[in-house]
Amino acid sequence: MPSICFYFQVHQPYRIKKYSVFDIGQDHNYFDDENLKEKGSKTVMEKVAKKCYLPTNKILLDLIHRYPEFKISYSFSGTALEQMEQYAPEALESFKKLVKTGNVEILDETYHHSLSFFYSDDEFIKQVKLHRKKIKELFDFEPRVFRNTELAYNNELAYLVEKLGYDGILAEGWEHYLEHRSPNFLYKPKGTEKIKLLLKNYKLSDDIAFRFSNSGWEEFPLYAEKFCHWVNSINGNGHTINLFMDYETFGEHQWEDSGIFNFLKVLPEEILKHPDNNFKTPSELISSYESMDELDIHNILTWADTERDLSAWTGNSMQKSSLKKLYELEEDVLDSNDKKLIEDWRKMQTSDHFYYMCTKWFNDGDVHKYFSPYESPYEAFISFMNVLNDFRFRLEKTK
Amino acid sequence: MKILMFGWEFPPFNSGGLGTACYGITKSLSEKGAEINFILPQNQKIPEEFLNVISAKLPKIKIKEVDSLLISYMTPQHYRKRFLSLDEKNLADNYCNGLVKEVCRYSQIAKKIAKEVEHDIIHTHDWMTFLPGIEAQKISGKPLVSHIHSTELDRSGGHGANPQVFSIEKEGLQKADKVIAVSDFTKNKILKSYGINNNKIEIVHNGVYKNGFSDSLNFKKHFNFGNNKIVLFLGRLTLHKGPDYFLCAAKKVLEKNKNVIFIISGSGDMDQQIIEQAADLGIADKVLFTGFLRGERLKRIYKMADLYVMPSVSEPFGITTLEAIASGTPVLISKQSGVSEILNHCLKADFWDVNEMTNKILSVIDHDELGECLSSNGLSEIDKFTWDKAAEKIIGIYGQLLNNKNLCAIKRF
Repeated sequence: MPSICFYFQVHQPYRIKKYSVFDIGQDHNYFDDENLKEKGSKTVMEKVAKKCYLPTNKILLDLIHRYPEFKISYSFSGTALEQMEQYAPEALESFKKLVKTGNVEILDETYHHSLSFFYSDDEFIKQVKLHRKKIKELFDFEPRVFRNTELAYNNELAYLVEKLGYDGILAEGWEHYLEHRSPNFLYKPKGTEKIKLLLKNYKLSDDIAFRFSNSGWEEFPLYAEKFCHWVNSINGNGHTINLFMDYETFGEHQWEDSGIFNFLKVLPEEILKHPDNNFKTPSELISSYESMDELDIHNILTWADTERDLSAWTGNSMQKSSLKKLYELEEDVLDSNDKKLIEDWRKMQTSDHFYYMCTKWFNDGDVHKYFSPYESPYEAFISFMNVLNDFRFRLEKTK
Repeated sequence: MKILMFGWEFPPFNSGGLGTACYGITKSLSEKGAEINFILPQNQKIPEEFLNVISAKLPKIKIKEVDSLLISYMTPQHYRKRFLSLDEKNLADNYCNGLVKEVCRYSQIAKKIAKEVEHDIIHTHDWMTFLPGIEAQKISGKPLVSHIHSTELDRSGGHGANPQVFSIEKEGLQKADKVIAVSDFTKNKILKSYGINNNKIEIVHNGVYKNGFSDSLNFKKHFNFGNNKIVLFLGRLTLHKGPDYFLCAAKKVLEKNKNVIFIISGSGDMDQQIIEQAADLGIADKVLFTGFLRGERLKRIYKMADLYVMPSVSEPFGITTLEAIASGTPVLISKQSGVSEILNHCLKADFWDVNEMTNKILSVIDHDELGECLSSNGLSEIDKFTWDKAAEKIIGIYGQLLNNKNLCAIKRF
């Protein structure tokens, strides 16, 4: 009787504009990114709302009306929600409608979609609280389950998140740490008391998120019937199948003409054909199932790449240095009590800025897969560091 | 396979990338079994010992000198100056009094060579060899390959292209059975300005002998310029290499950071102008001129630099970029270059965008980690650009040109 647990990540960063050394001391609007043209935040938000958020929300709302047992969950970054308020209010309204059905759970994360946990506990906790506040304001919802940026996870995170009062936390179900255990059960993180760990079934998740439109894949084309056959084969061998993915999978990463929307439309019906199957949200899983075993994950585990680590964000010396220099400013920034400075500093923490500086795939052919607004990882670094220099001058002035 | 190749320059007597390219191409072609007769216009006798070194190193390459006043990258004015400076009256009788006339005389000699030297393919490099190639083909009827390393439109930097040279280039490209362009950038120029058929043009990117520059990578540490970082320009001082843009950027960099020294390596028709410009900008104390460098000194200057800048107005390829990277030095190159279409791990800017060049120079100077990433990723990336790969493509092009019987023979190499 596997439960299907959907969690969708909704995130957009405030991209940093192309910012030259000549802008330092002149221009403090780092995120007013019109010079990135079609890759600027406003244009991207409008495009994603149109291609993904609005059509997918509509399909899911219809499905919930048709199948009252259909459940889903979301995590929204604070920066995505703010941009929806600014550039795509109709998308935000449609999310609110979904949440009102009661079939939707919202998870907490860091407001600025940051890697702050690995640099400052204090800053991490502040951003989680900011996120709770925003979710309460917009959706009148109080999350019980936490997910960290890029699903970056370790024992220490689980410990801190439990202390903050959460019932559950999400991570990647990578066999390297599971050894012979299955991702289709709940686990207890080492060093914690009650909090439960939900693991992504990355094979089945990625069949939808990454492979769906890949005509070179031996299972192509993927129909709901075939997918449900795989789900049913787990019957008796697990409590849950956690399908975790970026929400942009629908309509943006997998285009409409790939048939992804039709797949989604018929999936619940196919799943529910088997009487043992059902849909659950993360909190429902936590109250329905006990932890099977203890999991000891000491190193940082993420949902990224074949390495499942943070190397795409912190792997090269540009990334390490810019992160270090940014977090070094924490005390001074907070002491300044300057709202705009604190906000800019937090927006600079969004993980995407460091991802854009990643050099490991920047070779022939891969460039197109690269969702960067800059021409190269070096350009991303240059703009970021120029902005950081301007930011430091502003900070100095407050002293 | 026997290749009759007409060139302008060959190391160590080269003054630019053409000689480097001819060396790389002929060496790798010969390693793949091709036998090459390399015809070189030369006024000064090449020392016997050098020829011996070449023939020991490259047993399948024979260099044949043709006595001539022609020098690579020469303009009619240069030629005239050289001709008039000849001392002995009788010596002047051996040569023509104009550049194009001298090229025509060289072509007549090529006829004779084509009769004497057995060959399957005629391969010419840039305009000065195009007429000799055409003449040789008239004699032997063998397929003619015209290899374009730079066009008159590049060399003139878009101003005052020599119409005679341009028309020789056009004729050479039209009469060739295949045209090899060193980049897509150059191919487009040939398509657009010379009206050559798309199907006839093949792109063969240049390469670099990485090991020739990567030894003693730690050299930089032995130099003491105090706290100063070094930014290098290396190339002929002519309009199309953009040394004037380099100086404008230097001025702007120094306004923000005094601890930088700019080195200009190379010589050319803008020598005087560039020195004066540095003085006019008030940065003469921050700009060093080394003149033309080769051999060990060339390798050292690349390694000393914290950043190599190639601000060319129009650069068909830009081999120096690969040499700098092979030396472990990060590069900032103009987008108006052939090498920028194949290189990812570098900084790029439009040649005219002095502010953007300044922005990037300052970033490398201020943030060591940027240079480190560019350098280490660049070193791995240039493994893709070898002369061996270039030669493999050229062999393929020869194969297309020869008939099936010969094609079978090639496969044995």
